[in-house]
Amino acid sequence: MTAQTFESIAARTAPVSTEGPIAWVRINLFGDFTTGLMTVIVLAGLLMVLPQFFSWAVLRAAWLPDYDACRVDGVGACWGVVAEKYRIIIFGRYPYEDQWRPLLATSVMLAMLVGSCTRSFWKAWLLPAWIVVLAFFFAVMYGDFAGLQKVETDRWGGLPLTIMLSTLSMMMAFPIAMVVALGRRSSMPAIRTVCTVYVELIRGVPLISVLFMASFMFPLFMPAGVSIDVLVRVIIGITLFAAAYMAEVIRGGLQAIPKGQIEAAATLGLSYWQTQYKIVLPQALAMVVPSIMNNFISLFKDTSLVTIVSLYELTGALGLALNSDANWRPFKIEGYLFIALIYFAFCFSMSRYSIWVEKQVNKGKAR
Amino acid sequence: MAEPIIIFDKLNKWYGNNFHVLRDIDLNVALGERIVICGPSGSGKSTLIRCINRLEEHQQGRLVVDGVELTDDVKAVDDVRKKVGMVFQQFNLFPHLTVLENLTLSPMWVGKMPKKEAEAKAMAQLERVRIAEQATKYPLQLSGGQQQRVAIARALCLTPKIMLFDEPTSALDPEMIKEVLDVMVEMADQGITMLCVTHEMGFAKAVANRVIFMDQGQIVEQNTPTEFFNNPQNERSKDFLSKILGH
Repeated sequence: MTAQTFESIAARTAPVSTEGPIAWVRINLFGDFTTGLMTVIVLAGLLMVLPQFFSWAVLRAAWLPDYDACRVDGVGACWGVVAEKYRIIIFGRYPYEDQWRPLLATSVMLAMLVGSCTRSFWKAWLLPAWIVVLAFFFAVMYGDFAGLQKVETDRWGGLPLTIMLSTLSMMMAFPIAMVVALGRRSSMPAIRTVCTVYVELIRGVPLISVLFMASFMFPLFMPAGVSIDVLVRVIIGITLFAAAYMAEVIRGGLQAIPKGQIEAAATLGLSYWQTQYKIVLPQALAMVVPSIMNNFISLFKDTSLVTIVSLYELTGALGLALNSDANWRPFKIEGYLFIALIYFAFCFSMSRYSIWVEKQVNKGKAR
Repeated sequence: MAEPIIIFDKLNKWYGNNFHVLRDIDLNVALGERIVICGPSGSGKSTLIRCINRLEEHQQGRLVVDGVELTDDVKAVDDVRKKVGMVFQQFNLFPHLTVLENLTLSPMWVGKMPKKEAEAKAMAQLERVRIAEQATKYPLQLSGGQQQRVAIARALCLTPKIMLFDEPTSALDPEMIKEVLDVMVEMADQGITMLCVTHEMGFAKAVANRVIFMDQGQIVEQNTPTEFFNNPQNERSKDFLSKILGH
């Protein structure tokens, strides 16, 4: 056998570049025949639709709040409807001259929401702080103090109502869902049955009928003279509805926790609740973050159903704004696009936030 | 002779109605004794040691651990669990907590120890299993052998009187088995009572005072390791040994 000599080979660059925008397009859009074909088909489809939409929505659009200008032939989108009606769309039936109050209350609540999404807010004072913020919200909205005019809850509306309904329902539904999910896996048959019946009953009916019941049937069961505000009943209805769905999602996460985790916690002397709180729930919830966010997003949009019990949140307020005004009624599409944009902004933010949360909770999995 | 730290008295256990997994187990374990339990799979070895910290409930007979009889009484179970550490085949570390948090969890939440003190204690245990430099990592970032040593350190943080090992090296790559066994040998030298389900016969020879051979839910034979390996008395033990030492 001959002796082998070792010669080190100097590093060379790759023969075909894989970096830069041109390389990216070549690899990702025209990597092979099928990919290239799909790219062409999708581009052609976009070319067929987008220019016309752009022409309608921007080039030929009427921007001024003047309904006659919108009725001229050849005019595209009539954004004047938004310019004219945005106060009613956003604030609903809230008294016009007092609309700074929902604006202030909602801004504070939104600021708190955004803050609560960040790590620096995850402290023991978060819950008391929320109670203060919610008290502030209701006080400013309701008024009847310090010279503020009293505004009954049936006049609250628009975006503030949407945000408040979804925030409150999410915050209350989540803990209920956790307890119900644990309950469905309880070793005690009574608790298990109650939780299962609750979930199945609520899941078996549409939200709209839950809201109907909360609004119209519930008062029948109350003692005479006792009445609970319809807003409160609706919040409870949405909360119980959302909690049932969320409970099932969380239960899915609980089921994925290996038995060994619970046994290990037991041998370390942890109690049932300590085990759930420190071991099981953190891992189970981390697994179901995308599904929970899914629930939150659909809950946010489901609040639009409260219109049927005469609470005019964002969608309801749009109907209110246009149906009552024959001049602007034909321009519903533009109105709906406007609120669609608002809904989208919120839902997309939630979706992006969900990705960040996933990264946070999956730190231990990174190798 | 001092009172045994663990007493099995005619203990029986069934899974369901028909699977009689432990049959009339009589066993006394002395303080500081090191016992290796072996036997074919399904012979009830794991179930036997899992009864000691009541991960499994027995249906008949008595089981007394350090003066506390294990019954349905939750308090008794809690009492016993504080004295018994356990190491599992699959490590069962908590993947969402760092190594250090895995160790401090029980001292802080069960022992109500201040964080600083718990961390000092945890670091001391990590030193003991020679893995202190990994304290801030997450379990899944470690090798199997490292994870199992962390699991041992976690159990030691309870300052247990008794340690149970349920096939601690069975899930490990061959080259990692030694690092775990080394740690266990050191523990044995420190006089802790150990019950270990394992087929590591080298470990049994080096450490055990007694080897117990189980088959079909019964203790078939028990003896000193030298006697057991060189001169097994029972047909089944002979057959078993010939199979695991056959190569």
